Amino acid sequence: MEQEKKQLTKADLFNMFLRTNLQQASFNFERIHALGFCFDMVPAIKRLYRDKKDQSAALNRHMTFFNVTPACVGPVLGVTAAMEEAKANGAAVEDGAISSLKIGLMGPLCGVGDPIFWGTLRPITAALGASMAVQGSLLGPVLFFLLFNIVRLAALWFGLVYGYERGLQVVLQNLGGNLLQKITEGATILGMFVMGALVSKWTVIKVPVVVSTITGPDGNTVVTTVQNILDQLMPGLLALCLTLIVCKLLKKNITPITLIFGLFAVGIIGAALGLLE
Amino acid sequence: MEISTLQVALIVLVSAIVGMGSVLDSFQTHRPLIACTLIGLILGDVTTGVILGGTLEFIALGWMNIGAAQSPDSALASIISTILVIVGNQSIATGIAIALPLSAAGQVLTVIARTITVFFQHAGDRYAEEANFNGIDFCHVCALVVQALRVAIPAFLVTIFASPEAIRSMLDMIPAFITHGLQVASGFVVVVGFSMVINMMGAKYLMPFFFLGFVFASFTSFNLVAFGVIGAVMAIIYVQLNPKFQKNAAAPAAAVGTNAADDEFDDD
Repeated sequence: MEQEKKQLTKADLFNMFLRTNLQQASFNFERIHALGFCFDMVPAIKRLYRDKKDQSAALNRHMTFFNVTPACVGPVLGVTAAMEEAKANGAAVEDGAISSLKIGLMGPLCGVGDPIFWGTLRPITAALGASMAVQGSLLGPVLFFLLFNIVRLAALWFGLVYGYERGLQVVLQNLGGNLLQKITEGATILGMFVMGALVSKWTVIKVPVVVSTITGPDGNTVVTTVQNILDQLMPGLLALCLTLIVCKLLKKNITPITLIFGLFAVGIIGAALGLLE
Repeated sequence: MEISTLQVALIVLVSAIVGMGSVLDSFQTHRPLIACTLIGLILGDVTTGVILGGTLEFIALGWMNIGAAQSPDSALASIISTILVIVGNQSIATGIAIALPLSAAGQVLTVIARTITVFFQHAGDRYAEEANFNGIDFCHVCALVVQALRVAIPAFLVTIFASPEAIRSMLDMIPAFITHGLQVASGFVVVVGFSMVINMMGAKYLMPFFFLGFVFASFTSFNLVAFGVIGAVMAIIYVQLNPKFQKNAAAPAAAVGTNAADDEFDDD
């Protein structure tokens, strides 16, 4: 290696990886992760630029609006670090190129990150943990914590190294190509399937309203409730209908908290009237 | 039960970590499953903590912050409801009743905190002009402290000011029909979270998989691990057979082999 060539060390990358765990610390409604991204870039800028002026210019470049699923910041950070490295070594990289790269990667990575991390990985690991926890098992929270974080940390570290080593061309190819699209679609299918299962298994609606009470010739009384009839049709049918209605209402921009309080009111009134139990 | 000074200190510490977790969204310490369990551990009743955590986790399953939109806050709700349930010796149903108003209050507090943070963003801008690296690190971490305090301070106040008797007499004022109604409602309020996940995916053409999951669950006794494996296998097969991905189908072929093997072992 030439004495003059400036290059990030493994320790710099590791430092950046540690910092990505605090990506959202200064989440603000003005520029979301702007300060966070700059914070991630600090070790790289320290290594690559000696001159105060260059350092300040580099820091300013990374104080612009930025937002991505926190677990997916790795590839953007890696590519950005690689471009800063090229620039520090004299390549003609315009400031605008680095900014537009970040903005260009933001959208596609959110498109991948949100369904994978918030739509599939977290609900599934959390539901698995919670289903054990409601039985009183401490293994539930431990399992959730480990499963989610192992995947998240791996995505951060390998994403960062991948972006840094392969650089912009390869990352763009993959974003444009169908590998990420395949993963996203696969994760969405898995998430949807498990959501369907959760609606059936973990939603409890019981309608104890009695439809008929028949005393047979042998003296046994058979009580038929609305719930019995619905269960014969399809267990969980009411839960399914309620889910589809709530989906529609959420799309009409009714906030989740309003719906939650609304459903609690339904529960209180329904239970008081004996319609629900 | 009486709370010792050490317990108060630990509660403040855990609340601060949970508050930070609520904005970072990285280690998931702000999720009820983790936060309630930790408070349970500190107060010496881990089982109640875990059960309340699991119950609230199902309700909060789809609560997520996408972009700048804020969902109800699980951090404050989990911490304070667990303290009140364990110290006041209350039921899980009461815990849910306490947690939901708190999640709305917590949402307001986190929005305020994220607005205050704009100040640190601007201070960071000035340090960037001066190429002051430590200044930037300091601003970023200070912003995190705001989020830590917005959970730690309320938790501290509740812990030192609320005596078990006061908590009990206050919560006993909630009429029985309300607690019962809330318990009934907690059975189906979980669908809000499920619906948030479904809507976020924004893939109407994949809804058949949702219905398939529903029917499978309604007529079998498979557990969640089995559903995960079946779902993964279907996802891989779908992606493999989908004409829009036909160009390079070599890589996922290997993946489907291993998952199919898992399927045989895990299905029951």
